[in-house]
Amino acid sequence: MATAEVERKRGQLAALSIAVVVVLVGVPLWWRTTETYRAWLPVNQINELAELQLQLSVDVEVVFSRGTLMPEQQKKVPFTRTQEEAQKVDDDTTLRYRYESKYRTANIMEEDALKQPTAAEADLSLHTLSASPCGSVVVYVIPETSVLLPQGVDVYIGHRRTAVLRMGAPMSVGKNHKQLLAHLEPRITQVVQVMSFSHTDITAALSDRVRLSPGSKESLADSMRSFKSSPGYEITFSLLNPDPKSHRLDWDIEGAVHSYIQPLLTKLAPLANFSIDSQILYYAMLGVNPRFDSSLEAYTLNADSLAHVINPVEARLGSNAASSNPVLNFLLYVPDAHHSPLYIHDHQKQPVASNAFHSPRWGGIMVYNVNDLYGRGETPLPVNININMEKVMGVFLAQLRLMLGVQSSPAPPGFLVEPCGGAGLADWELDRLMWSRTVENVATATTTITSLAQLLDQIGNILCSLSFAGSVNLFHYINNKLGTVTSLQLAVAELEAGNLGFALQYSKEAILASERAFFDPSLLHLLYFPDDQKFAIYIPLFLPMCVPILLSLIKIASEARQRRKLKQSKKD
Amino acid sequence: MLLCLTDGGIALFCVNPTSWQIIVFIYIYIYIYIYIYMGNVHSDKAGQFFNSGHTNNWAVLVCTSRFWFNYRHVANTLSVYRSVKRLGIPDSRIVLMLADDMACNHRNPKPATVFSHKNMELNVYGDDVEVDYRGYEVTVENFLRVLTGRLPASTPRSKRLLSDDRSNILIYLTGHGGNGFLKFQDSEEISNVELADAFEQMWQKRRYNELLFIIDTCQGASMYERFYSPNLMALASSQVGEDSLSHQPDLAIGVHLMDRYTFYLLEFLEDIHPSSTTNMNQLFKVCPKSQCVSTPGHRTDLFLRDPGRVLITDFFGSVRKVEITMETINLSSPMEPLPERINCTVHILYMCINKHIIPTAIIMYYVPRQKLLRDVFPCT
Repeated sequence: MATAEVERKRGQLAALSIAVVVVLVGVPLWWRTTETYRAWLPVNQINELAELQLQLSVDVEVVFSRGTLMPEQQKKVPFTRTQEEAQKVDDDTTLRYRYESKYRTANIMEEDALKQPTAAEADLSLHTLSASPCGSVVVYVIPETSVLLPQGVDVYIGHRRTAVLRMGAPMSVGKNHKQLLAHLEPRITQVVQVMSFSHTDITAALSDRVRLSPGSKESLADSMRSFKSSPGYEITFSLLNPDPKSHRLDWDIEGAVHSYIQPLLTKLAPLANFSIDSQILYYAMLGVNPRFDSSLEAYTLNADSLAHVINPVEARLGSNAASSNPVLNFLLYVPDAHHSPLYIHDHQKQPVASNAFHSPRWGGIMVYNVNDLYGRGETPLPVNININMEKVMGVFLAQLRLMLGVQSSPAPPGFLVEPCGGAGLADWELDRLMWSRTVENVATATTTITSLAQLLDQIGNILCSLSFAGSVNLFHYINNKLGTVTSLQLAVAELEAGNLGFALQYSKEAILASERAFFDPSLLHLLYFPDDQKFAIYIPLFLPMCVPILLSLIKIASEARQRRKLKQSKKD
Repeated sequence: MLLCLTDGGIALFCVNPTSWQIIVFIYIYIYIYIYIYMGNVHSDKAGQFFNSGHTNNWAVLVCTSRFWFNYRHVANTLSVYRSVKRLGIPDSRIVLMLADDMACNHRNPKPATVFSHKNMELNVYGDDVEVDYRGYEVTVENFLRVLTGRLPASTPRSKRLLSDDRSNILIYLTGHGGNGFLKFQDSEEISNVELADAFEQMWQKRRYNELLFIIDTCQGASMYERFYSPNLMALASSQVGEDSLSHQPDLAIGVHLMDRYTFYLLEFLEDIHPSSTTNMNQLFKVCPKSQCVSTPGHRTDLFLRDPGRVLITDFFGSVRKVEITMETINLSSPMEPLPERINCTVHILYMCINKHIIPTAIIMYYVPRQKLLRDVFPCT
């Protein structure tokens, strides 16, 4: 009897201890070994970045020349004023604009410079006098009677970061300090908005983050036309010669690129890396049949058929296989002898002066007619033709500026903007681009990592390895590059301080790091297992083990209950 | 009968016309009506041009089967590939994933061909097929990597989906499928949840503007049940519980050449040319039950625009938006001479035209000046 009791007790103990081991050791071990590996992420900081509060600071210097200030106003100068404007874009995004204006009078050298006959020359000499860093604006105020600016023009914006503003009549301005500021401040704000950024530009740059409905067809076209911010671009110049039997074309593309395109790209170097190549394609036709217009005695391509020109040609254009940067194609088409001359007509059936068209986010095509360079039937074929690269590059440069987003809305009335000429880009246009690119980069980087954190939360099966965490992480990590979160915080701080150059650098690093993090190859999520498959795998493993344990536990519990009933009945 | 011309209720003049005058009147009325109507249609077209909001088109065409008896899946995919190329999408914007074991299969009585019509009418393999992922590279992992963009850095450009937030993408899948899954090359499956998650990741990174998803497998409708990202439109060849059937066998080749849904889809696409204005509602009517035996389905609740205003060419073709260049820059300075020879490599491609070898393309790659770190070599 005693042995049976001992046996029973030993059996009970065995069952209990197995159950304890399974529950306390087995289940946690199984849980840990089957969960997906997740490296530590600074989730709190990422969530903080979801709320974007940007402050953009511009340093404005306002210089009064002789004859603009009343004596009473002169006493107050020099002084500094700060204007702040807050705009709420949506629940998560607020923008603050801060204009720090320093008002002073002009010194002798500046007065001499302003005495030049034309505004362009004044601008040239003024530039040498002030060292305006990136992102700042200098406005020279000249009296109403000055002849520096032509009639009807109130503001002149030059190549650099200086503008010349014509003051209103002294009667309308008033005598004291307050009236002066009331007259000047809105006009100066308008000038600064043209030269650095306006609220519409910044909200357009935030389009990745805030999908605002476009105000008009023009703003939609603008947002669709220019390329998104990218670390590098590839530019390809192609010469299409469909008729090598008649034309032997010679274009000095190397020299043209060096003289005309390279200065622009060197100026844009802080924004992105550019790589250029060129090619010549023979027997490349346009794919659309031009119509012969007897009134002009020329062939015409109307605006509707232009859309179908690009596709057949694109198949022949090569691209650099090694990089994933966006490509800008610029094609120069010389029509064959039987279809010369070829003119492009716009929607109103008028010939286009540039004889060129462009496609958003792709590039441009120009048609170059050579029929007037040789007479028909006289010269032996093929004719040697030297292409005038100045004309060609003038068009390509304009198209390049459009593609890169340099062109902005037309200037307000009364403004005279100096055309950029050979340099390709005015300094203030570069500043504009840098402002919008920095904001765009910061917005895109924050959207990327916050949506990444959200995705990792939502899709539980994604593996999160260590190098990926380094891209996101706060501290300098494996490749000794700054993580996204640090770069973003630094970029926002530099924007607040008004250092545009540094802000752009940090924003570029932020975007590179965030793209590296989002597109890390190790982030492919594990294959999804539907519930019935999970049961089908675990049940044959766990059921045979759990059933005896459960049954013995039940038996122990029922025996314990029976004993208690016996004890109770014994008591009674 | 009295015919009166009124201006706001005041009779201007009334006539009691003869029958031919009535006819003339009616003709004038109809003419004016048509003129106004056509004017509306034109402005509608211009409005539609900017309505789509995309600037480029991409296509991802995947055939998920291998082995000779799945000939029809490869023919399906290649036929869609040809249509998409004909309508303008270039090879650089098409990611084609095929097992590609049909054309050179030992059992193929006509090697180097893949036919889509019986009596060997149309060879869809042709001379210029560019297959980006072939053979054993067509896996679930590679497909998901292409969609989400998480490819290793060494992947060449042709194997990537480099779409941006203004791209319309067409995704076409064909093969053997079941309720909620699609079989890849007889060894693995992709489930509808994974596909929906992949599309959500694409949306979060703004890798598409609008996406059209077409699937031609058995129980295809189950694959789009779980989508939850915006701007997706989906079409399937059969509902849950139904099988998609193949179209016609060819007795010379010995296998079925096409699936029914894709066959009728292609017949529909043959009528589309780059400037046609057919919209999506007509695409939904392709292959009714009488022709397809299965019931094709579609899903448009996640799509923001009205399908009646979406053109077929918004997804299958590549219609470019074009603007006239109005401004040019006046370059007055003459060209500067090059200070030193720039490092460049030259490639010349030749073609054989009319029995002569003629250079057809000369490609020069430059290294921009600021990148030069040491002495440069002259071009030879």
